[in-house]
Amino acid sequence: MNEHPIKVVVAKPGLDGHDRGAKVVARALVEAGMEVVYLGLRQTPESIVAAAVEEDADAIGLSVLSGAHMPHFTKVKALMDTEGIGDRLLTGGGIIPTKDQETLSALGVGRLFGPGDDPSTIAEYIKERVYARRAAERN
Amino acid sequence: MAMKPPVTIPHLSQVTDCTTLSGRPVLSVYGPDDVFADDLGDSLGRPGHYPYTRGVHESMYRGKLWTMRQFAGMGTAAQTNARFRFLLNRGQTGLSTAFDNPTLYGWDSDDPISAGEVGKTGVAMDSLADMERLFDGIPLDRVSTSMTINAPAAWIFTMFLANAEKRGIPLAQLRGTLQNDILKEYIAQKEWIFPPEPHIRLITDLFAFCAEHVPQWNTISISGYHIREAGATAAQELAFTLMDGFTYVEHAVAAGMSVDDFAPRLSFFFNAHIDFFEEIAKLRAARRIWARHMKERYGAKNPRSWLCRFHVQTAGCSLTAQQPEVNIVRTAIEALAGVLGGCQSLHTNSMDEALALPSDKAVEIALRTQQVIAFESGVASVADPLGGSYYVERLTRELEEEAESYFAKIRDLGGMVPAIERGFPQQELTRSAYEYQRALSERRKMQVGVTEFTNENEILEIPILEIDESVETNQISALRVLRESRDNVAVQDSLDELERTARTKENLVPKLLSCSRVYCTEGEITRRLIRVFGEYREQAFF
Repeated sequence: MNEHPIKVVVAKPGLDGHDRGAKVVARALVEAGMEVVYLGLRQTPESIVAAAVEEDADAIGLSVLSGAHMPHFTKVKALMDTEGIGDRLLTGGGIIPTKDQETLSALGVGRLFGPGDDPSTIAEYIKERVYARRAAERN
Repeated sequence: MAMKPPVTIPHLSQVTDCTTLSGRPVLSVYGPDDVFADDLGDSLGRPGHYPYTRGVHESMYRGKLWTMRQFAGMGTAAQTNARFRFLLNRGQTGLSTAFDNPTLYGWDSDDPISAGEVGKTGVAMDSLADMERLFDGIPLDRVSTSMTINAPAAWIFTMFLANAEKRGIPLAQLRGTLQNDILKEYIAQKEWIFPPEPHIRLITDLFAFCAEHVPQWNTISISGYHIREAGATAAQELAFTLMDGFTYVEHAVAAGMSVDDFAPRLSFFFNAHIDFFEEIAKLRAARRIWARHMKERYGAKNPRSWLCRFHVQTAGCSLTAQQPEVNIVRTAIEALAGVLGGCQSLHTNSMDEALALPSDKAVEIALRTQQVIAFESGVASVADPLGGSYYVERLTRELEEEAESYFAKIRDLGGMVPAIERGFPQQELTRSAYEYQRALSERRKMQVGVTEFTNENEILEIPILEIDESVETNQISALRVLRESRDNVAVQDSLDELERTARTKENLVPKLLSCSRVYCTEGEITRRLIRVFGEYREQAFF
């Protein structure tokens, strides 16, 4: 059976202009066959989750290199739950210490990537998680 | 019985890549046939002489070493003051201030938009009160100070001036640099407030104010660093930075200034990436291009107006989170390129910067790296020791030619501001960033510890600096106390006067200074100016 394309909302939350990684990953996801809605800079948890609901996105990818990853990921995750898209994947990357990744993982945030991770690894991870969710929904 | 892991030899034993980091093809050897006579003649010149390819001073580092200036800032002003003292006590010769994101975007620490970001990637700065704490006990008339701030540069600078006034230090004795370069913000770093025109007006206002009142201050640091970090090639960094510089010159002249009144205080900031010779060539080309354009195109008569004096920082984007100790080696190579390229000041990155803000230990090693280059290696004894190298001279010319062709393209688009509004430089460097990532993915480019020579199950063995969440709450309480204890009538009056003046063509800097003296906060000033100038929005693309 043919899967319909995976749709990912990619955003830079808060005050952080480092968008090199987000753009490179966004483009790599497109090349991997996904549809990407790139929201760009200075997004709020509300604007990100609203876009994900409107687009019926399979995943949200946040890029945070400003050290403010804990409040941003926590708020987006909480808002996804209240807006009824808690089953969709929240992933992302940036400069995020392992300890913080573990804390966020316990809250239901997916894998977070960092410097040196190849974009193809990110694409594979998103595919695996989204296909698993879709398969569970079909059963 | 436990099996010993098998020995694998060899991994790689040959250089297969025949291009520079920026993708420029290179030959296996260079000789006299690869350069023009002019590359070794008039285009080369002598150190300290036009066109300054070989350096801005005749005796280079024998006369004065580069300033060792580590970019530092985290948490509160008091914490950053402690880091400043630590660095000065270990032999640093100048200061460089990193502000946190709310400060860089013009907002106060208690603004809802600042939540979670206060003090995280730099020092939190809300008013003159923080500036007083930041430089407490630091002799501002003897140590030069750089401040990396752009969109709200003018009002952070007036807080700095107000602090000097309070301490009785004459403004004419202050030495340092304000980054104050908004064009590269639209291109790369993305910390803007207003549309380009009002920002450029504030910049030219500062040129004029400092020419009169703060004559030893470098009013701008026209920056390629961030353009490179965002993905540009060496030639794109060179071209977009110098084109930004020309744009400021043209605006200041259009505002009625004479080029020699402000050009001697323009300074630059370049990246030193990992491709050793290409970076040296880029720095040499920058000096030659700037000198030629300032003299020939803009008619500057004062030789000081021709000088491209610059700060160099090693490439943050070349650092790896894997095997972070290896970053010490990368930084040493890059710093050496900066020195052989003739920098006036230098920041060496710390080994842990792909993981966090630097720890005391990491920043000390970074500073020591500069000291080894300066005092042990012998490279500082001779000006431009690579001058006349067939390879370096050829690369220098190629980079100059590539930059010139970008200048022509940008002029065809109507200049840098229209080019930015159409997204031209942004798209160029986004494309370069993607191409570099593909080259890494396809193993055409390598990173030790990432694409090759990886260690399985690596354990991090270096200390990591953490910014405590209490920084934000403490900063916000201090700001609340300030708002209650200051003269709020004077605050409102000075803000009203600022807003009135912003609607005219009058120089805004004296009004910003009045606001700063009475402890107006950064965000209060920002909001007043937004009423007049509006806000800039970027069209998102990838």
